[in-house]
Amino acid sequence: MGKRSVIPYGPQHPVLPEPIHLDLVIEDEKIVEAIPSIGFIHRGLEKLTEKRDFNQMAYVAERICGICSFGHGYGYCEAVEHVMNVEVPDRAKFLRTIWFELSRLHSHLLWAGLMADAFGFENLFYQCWRVREKVLDAIELTTGGRVIFSVNKVGGVLKDITPEMQKMILETVDFVEKETKSLQKTFMNDYSVQSRMKGVGILTKEQAHAFGCAGPFARASGIATDMRMRGYAAYGEIDMEPITSDDCDCYARCDVRIREIFQSIDIIRQAISKIPEGEIAAAVKGNPDGEYFMRIEQPRGEADYYIRGNGTPNLDRMRVRTPTFANLAGLCETLKGADYADVGILVVTIDPCISCTER
Amino acid sequence: MNATEGKNEIITITAAELPIRAMEMKEKGLRLSQACAAWVKKESKLELLYSFVDDTTYDAFTYRVSLEEAERDSEVASISGIFPYAAFYENEMRELFGANIKVIDPDFHNKLYRIKEETPFVPKKKEEA
Repeated sequence: MGKRSVIPYGPQHPVLPEPIHLDLVIEDEKIVEAIPSIGFIHRGLEKLTEKRDFNQMAYVAERICGICSFGHGYGYCEAVEHVMNVEVPDRAKFLRTIWFELSRLHSHLLWAGLMADAFGFENLFYQCWRVREKVLDAIELTTGGRVIFSVNKVGGVLKDITPEMQKMILETVDFVEKETKSLQKTFMNDYSVQSRMKGVGILTKEQAHAFGCAGPFARASGIATDMRMRGYAAYGEIDMEPITSDDCDCYARCDVRIREIFQSIDIIRQAISKIPEGEIAAAVKGNPDGEYFMRIEQPRGEADYYIRGNGTPNLDRMRVRTPTFANLAGLCETLKGADYADVGILVVTIDPCISCTER
Repeated sequence: MNATEGKNEIITITAAELPIRAMEMKEKGLRLSQACAAWVKKESKLELLYSFVDDTTYDAFTYRVSLEEAERDSEVASISGIFPYAAFYENEMRELFGANIKVIDPDFHNKLYRIKEETPFVPKKKEEA
């Protein structure tokens, strides 16, 4: 047995996009154990329910994360709508679905760029973010914001997507589809990319289940679960199946996320072809009194929202469980037995968002 | 698409029942989706909620342990021995809400979040205030 030593990793590290700290127990450059610790950016956003009313909290929820902002706003609003028995108009459900998938597109392209950067393929990184920029343009045109959309409200949405905007979105997804096919060839076929990802960071289906993993991280280990299959928003009207892989390694996680980009493009096209005419928001009266447990599929995986109202404008509890929180245990398992040099890739492979995790 | 919304139930149990229910969920192949605490202001009680989900049927069962003001400090057994990843949730519940969860593994000793303010954030018990 070689000599064991502990190497602190993060919270500041060139490869880490977010501040997480890992104590890595190393033996001959192989990781024996990884002990995570978080807590550098806890902002107490859930506690703000004491000072902000339930309508204002929709905008607080969006600020949990700069990448999954739309999803957090949506998840919160739908949970409150369930508590208040608000029937959201069908058009608003489709609008939410379109924005949610645009959000997933830009999140997955952002991740692809960060992944390329993690294994030192700078050109691929720039190409991914160049494509992502077009998605941000479409989001900006339809919502006015590039990071925080602020279009969700309890009862529906604040803005509509006109036929001209729909045409522009379709042109954007055509562009993204064409460019992503090119990126996919590099990610999946390039020798140096494969050498960094194939067979690295294996997490079997049994392990993924045992450690409660969620989202693309779990689907890349063969678990066919996708909260969109529950049919919230307009997903009940959309043809889709969870995208999975049985390879269980970093390469599989990359493969799943890239195929999910094409899936999101397909969902956007379906949603635009089926979007009905009508109102975009329902009237909301009174204050939430009751509780609801809501699950949605964020780009990084399943996110949970627990809302408890007490009949006043201020909720007793807004709880958000983010996908990274669920995936931390799985990450530590994949790190066991990995080479020290692969830690950066393995951390990025779960698409970590510590801002979400700590709220 | 055949949407499968799944069940979504919230069931109140006692603290003693929690490990039993958790074990049942594990044996049925369900996954711990989240756990959190909630301070119910009007009734001055602390609630611990553990949600278990089925990845095939999308059913969700949330077990609620409700601790009245007088029994807020009573011990609740950690389920981190049954679901290892419950430790993060339970550390958070203890640090931010003062839930007296025992034998969490790993135990961050109320330092999961590196915040300057004194925790827990729930109001002190009436006899302590």
